[in-house]
Amino acid sequence: TFFFMVVDHVCQRSRGSRGLLNLGVCTRAVDRSNFKTCDQSSFCKRQRDIKAGQSPYRALLETMELTNSRLTLQLINDNNKVRLLLELYRLQGNMTRVKINELKPLKPRYEVPDVLIQDPPTEPLSVVAQDENGVVLSLGADEQRLIVSARPFRLDIVEGPKVLLSLNSRGLLVFEHLRLPEGDQLKEEEELPGTWEETFKTHTDTKPNGPTSISLDFSFPGVEHVYGIPEHADTLKLKTTDGGDPYRLYNLDVFQYELHNPMALYGAVPVLLSHNTERTMGVFWLNAAETWVDISSNTAGKTVFGKMLDFVQGSSETPQTDVRWISEAGIIDVFIMLGPKPSDVFSQYASLTGTQAFPPLSALGYHQCRWNYNDQEDVRGVDQGLDDHDIPCDFIWLDIEHTDGKRYFTWDPNKFSQPKDMLQGLKDKRRNLVAIVDPHIKVDSNFKVHNEIRSRNFYVKNKDGGDYEGWCWPGNAGYPDFTNAEMRAWWASMFAYDQYEGSMENMYTWNDMNEPSVFNGPEVTMHKDALHGSWEHREVHNIYGLYVHRATAEGLIQRSGGVERPFVLTRAFFAGSQRYGAVWTGDNAAEWGHLKISLPMCLSLGLVGISFCGADVGGFFKAPSTELLVRWYQAGAYQPFFRAHAHLDTPRREPWLFGPENTALIREAVRQRYALLPFWYQQFYNAHRTGQPVMRALWVEYPEDSVTFDIEDEYLLGRDLLVHPVTEEGLKSLTAYLPGKREVWYDVHTFKKHAGGQSLYIPVTMSSIPAFQRGGSIITRKDRVRRSSACMENDPYTLYVALSPEGTAEGELYIDDGHTFSYEKNKAFIHRRLTFNDGVLSSSNLALDSQFTTASWVEKIIFLGARKPASVTLKTAGGSETRVEFEYDSALEVLSLRKPGVNAGADWTVLLR
Amino acid sequence: MLCAQLLFPLSLFLGLSATVEVQRPRGVPLSKRQFYEEGKPFTCLDGSRTVPFDRVNDDYCDCKDGSDEPGTAACPNGSFHCTNAGHRPAFIPSSRINDGICDCCDTTDEYNSGATCKNTCREMGRRERESLQKLAEITKEGFLLKQQLIEEAKRKKEEKQSKLTELQAGKRDVEEKVEALRTVKETAEQPEKEAKERHLKAWEEQKAVIRMEKDKAKMAEAFLELDDDADGYVSVAELQSHAELDPNSDGSLTEEEVQGLLGGADKVDTSSFENIWGNLKDKYVSESQAENPSSLETAPEETKEPVTDNESEPYPEDDIGVEEDDEEEEDDDDDTHEDFEDKVRSFFTAQKARDDFEESERALREIDDQVKNIEKELSFDFGPSAEFTYLYSQCYELTTSEYIYKICPFNRVSQKPKFGGSETNLGSWGSWAGPDDNKYTVMKYEHGTGCWQGPSRSTTVKLTCGKETTVTSTSEPSRCEYLMEFTTPAVCQEPLPVNVVHVDGHSDHVEL
Repeated sequence: TFFFMVVDHVCQRSRGSRGLLNLGVCTRAVDRSNFKTCDQSSFCKRQRDIKAGQSPYRALLETMELTNSRLTLQLINDNNKVRLLLELYRLQGNMTRVKINELKPLKPRYEVPDVLIQDPPTEPLSVVAQDENGVVLSLGADEQRLIVSARPFRLDIVEGPKVLLSLNSRGLLVFEHLRLPEGDQLKEEEELPGTWEETFKTHTDTKPNGPTSISLDFSFPGVEHVYGIPEHADTLKLKTTDGGDPYRLYNLDVFQYELHNPMALYGAVPVLLSHNTERTMGVFWLNAAETWVDISSNTAGKTVFGKMLDFVQGSSETPQTDVRWISEAGIIDVFIMLGPKPSDVFSQYASLTGTQAFPPLSALGYHQCRWNYNDQEDVRGVDQGLDDHDIPCDFIWLDIEHTDGKRYFTWDPNKFSQPKDMLQGLKDKRRNLVAIVDPHIKVDSNFKVHNEIRSRNFYVKNKDGGDYEGWCWPGNAGYPDFTNAEMRAWWASMFAYDQYEGSMENMYTWNDMNEPSVFNGPEVTMHKDALHGSWEHREVHNIYGLYVHRATAEGLIQRSGGVERPFVLTRAFFAGSQRYGAVWTGDNAAEWGHLKISLPMCLSLGLVGISFCGADVGGFFKAPSTELLVRWYQAGAYQPFFRAHAHLDTPRREPWLFGPENTALIREAVRQRYALLPFWYQQFYNAHRTGQPVMRALWVEYPEDSVTFDIEDEYLLGRDLLVHPVTEEGLKSLTAYLPGKREVWYDVHTFKKHAGGQSLYIPVTMSSIPAFQRGGSIITRKDRVRRSSACMENDPYTLYVALSPEGTAEGELYIDDGHTFSYEKNKAFIHRRLTFNDGVLSSSNLALDSQFTTASWVEKIIFLGARKPASVTLKTAGGSETRVEFEYDSALEVLSLRKPGVNAGADWTVLLR
Repeated sequence: MLCAQLLFPLSLFLGLSATVEVQRPRGVPLSKRQFYEEGKPFTCLDGSRTVPFDRVNDDYCDCKDGSDEPGTAACPNGSFHCTNAGHRPAFIPSSRINDGICDCCDTTDEYNSGATCKNTCREMGRRERESLQKLAEITKEGFLLKQQLIEEAKRKKEEKQSKLTELQAGKRDVEEKVEALRTVKETAEQPEKEAKERHLKAWEEQKAVIRMEKDKAKMAEAFLELDDDADGYVSVAELQSHAELDPNSDGSLTEEEVQGLLGGADKVDTSSFENIWGNLKDKYVSESQAENPSSLETAPEETKEPVTDNESEPYPEDDIGVEEDDEEEEDDDDDTHEDFEDKVRSFFTAQKARDDFEESERALREIDDQVKNIEKELSFDFGPSAEFTYLYSQCYELTTSEYIYKICPFNRVSQKPKFGGSETNLGSWGSWAGPDDNKYTVMKYEHGTGCWQGPSRSTTVKLTCGKETTVTSTSEPSRCEYLMEFTTPAVCQEPLPVNVVHVDGHSDHVEL
């Protein structure tokens, strides 16, 4: 079976040698039997067999200790008398942290490090009331209280008379304490199979620590919509999991994943958002072990409330969503983000785990990838093809075949013998390259990287203490222990120009297979009893990929002496991965369903902090029809990470291979992307500064409009650009929901105005990419599209001023050098506010202490929904006034100002009279 | 930031020494100079509007067709003209003006970007002229070779055609000969055939006797088996246990049905059983057989076939000649000595006739094959003047670092690992696949060895003019889609008149 599994996988992805190509009949979609169901995962089954009911836990109020920032008290399980320690913190920014660990564990349990950007700052907790039944703590403003009930133990967060959230109200707090293999079990506990050893397929997990799983339930009264916990190929709104498997969070390399199921995929962010018209909240379950999330929906009446809560609403019709988290190891460490607005939850989460890395501007351009561009000549040809067909592009990518025998950091000596020539060729075109570096290292005593890692003892160990080895692209491979800070520092040093031979400053990195993928491992990943120092892989699994991503990004920063921003794409991710770069949705397929699901998949990631998301344009597996390819380019042009990619076994699909008509359609989509680059860049700056997502579900901006809660076939970029890409075959028309009863929206292609709060019927043709600018917004574009973003650096801006029904508009403009950290270190940037009010459009400085000069100027200002002025005057900072020529289209109410000519970084005013 | 230079002096070399400056807006080709008259309002070239002349090249796009900004990047659909003195003029998209990348060899596209471009026109022009010259030489020589190829092909075709005619004429003779020999053979075989038939008849009779005896034995056995109570009679009840006898196969064997089988009687004795055995024997399954479940499971269909057939022996159908010895022995008792001599004689006569006949048939087949081959060859499309004829039944190889690629034009393309391993078919001759106006420049080979999860392998062969016939490169741009570059004189075009290349190297434009 060992060999079979290897061959099976290699033939499936068939990145392996040609000799294996014809083996196997592996043409189906995901082989579900390779991956565990909850029933097949012993802890999940044990936990799920425990049903809601009276909790065996009791809070020992007499053990309560309250310091300025923290309350601790002990919990006792009346069944086995094992004590737990509860810690409660009130965190700045309207958050509560709940930690539960064993009071005296046999040995320390894993607490996830390196995810929080700092020890979250606390605020004082105070006891409002206390008796033998419990304690009431004040959470500060808005009459928010945290109620600790003693028997049975539960926590309720209330605001005035309303329960916002309850913990352990269904009694599903379960904490499998550490125990010795023999003699320590209590009589009443039946030893279930799989408790001390578990076998899945041919793999045995030795579980030297025995059962260590944890679980806790959360109830959200009044909530019908919950979101988040990516990565799943599923709807934006999470479904109830009754009768099926829970949503699983366990980073896995899933071959040809299926749509619409809760199976785990490449990444995991254990953050769930609840939403109703009144409030948005979030629960961040900080645990890196295999995790399952059960979601059920019932009415509040089914939940028994404690005596202290007799004031809660009696209506049995109140909807309620119950969520139960189950993890295999670690401790319970939960951050409850109380909102109340979606944007508050994003800020709260960002204050914990950080914001999106601010990418170099070029990374927001178009990326041309394929497994594989065969050789340097091929790369040159693709670069030339892009120019011959006038298709802008910033990056060409090299997949694993560029290496010498899948030894990362090396080049194939025949096909890529002169990598610097190739990179210089791209640099001359102001383009960049990405070369893949996966975390599995070929075991080969002639391979320097392997020898160094081995001699430094940096490899993950197997349960017996030897270097862990598994099969991946190079054959037998070791897996560096990225959880080790020393290892990461060494890895980062490998990206230095003198270490990574053939690399140059316009070469960036792609981390694939970092779940980690182990072809012959259980569920195609690492054995859980492998060791990272003293911790089991079981405990750190979901954060491994984040560490790979982080070490690589740090390497790219260090190679430039801390000057240049890195760009690293990762497939595996965890909470906090946003700080290190971009993610993509992995190995999708050239099917309409996969195009369609790319929207909710990226929207879900946006909700949990990861804004730089995209799906392989065209679909990775299989060959797309021309129509699908064109539609995917159109949709991808309006998603944050815009990369075309294709499997080795598919026919070539560079944009110009489908006839002039389709080339023109693709060119147009890519050009729309490039024209909007200033807007994208500003959105990313905003995400980086504030933690607000770039790509937003409609309900994020219209939280009180319940129509938006289920919408996942359209979305907003920032607040102001609504996109409804065509994701269905042969579509002749579609219906887009334009939110906001008091809003207006302008079709960005025709400038036609539409009222908000309606479903708009839109006929579509092959060139249609329905998109609307919100009335009241100003979007800056560079309409002179060139072959790469760098070529457009000094080009002038066009301002699109879309008037609200009140005749106002506002927007921002952000400019910096596009690639260094100077914006941060030297405040070298321009950030301006553009406002239009009472016929006056003005540009004012939002960052007075910043300093940057740009050659860009304002070539055109287009007002949408404007009346015709008698005259237009431009006032500059120096006080000079000049007349500005204009044109007016009375049918469309479009006013175009000709060549105001002011510098984009200057103060100026335009008056319409 | 605003474009300042409206006009710029343009130096052109006219002939060897005369240099004339022609004033025109930046980016305008000489041919359109008259539309840009300084001081006069400019009308967009599409006629859509007229603007003051100072709006030409003022870095703002006024004309929908981009014609007011020939020298700036302001219009999304504009184009810029570089004179490229020393090389050849070119149009580039406006978006490439001042984008920091040197596109025009005369550097005129990067007048305000800070890019440091070097004027490479002379060098490029020189190199291009050199390569054009080389190409011209190759083309010239190649075209001469092509003429020879055409002549050769013509000759070859005539040869083939006359050979064909010859063969077809010869074929008629051979056909007649075959018919004649067939008659001889059939006549000679007559005595032999009669002998064989006699023998066959005796064999059949003998077989019938054996079969009858076997049947009888079986019947007796069946009777004993069926007669459970050993009373000397087979009764309705006794027979009913054999469900396989069910005449209408509805799954139940009724009493009426059994009575029918017994010829209307309730029971039968041995002699009456003989009469009704015929009703039973085809379906009857011996109890000893029925008890063996595996035989029923593995071959349920077989029970429907007559059991006796399993035991029948095949009559030796082989050529009697081979069985000569057996026949001699077998026939010894029956045949007289004269008979035997006759037989041998007739056999040898027949054998000779057969050999003659077969030989003539073989000759006919050979002719047919030759005809077919020639017809096949003549049916190929070897190009407008049959210039590709010489490639037929030739093979050409190219060895790369990993593989040996082989093309046998009009047949197949294959790939073989250099260091051992089996050959992979990369496609068999499909068709000419060049563009409509020039289809004899690309060959397509299709339906090669299949690919995993993909199509079968195919190869596109691009033909370019060369003196030699050789494979110059191979690649696999897309999985299992191969590309081969192949040079041959057969695609060399008649060289153009020589005067396009100026000997002095100072051509201001080279029309190609």
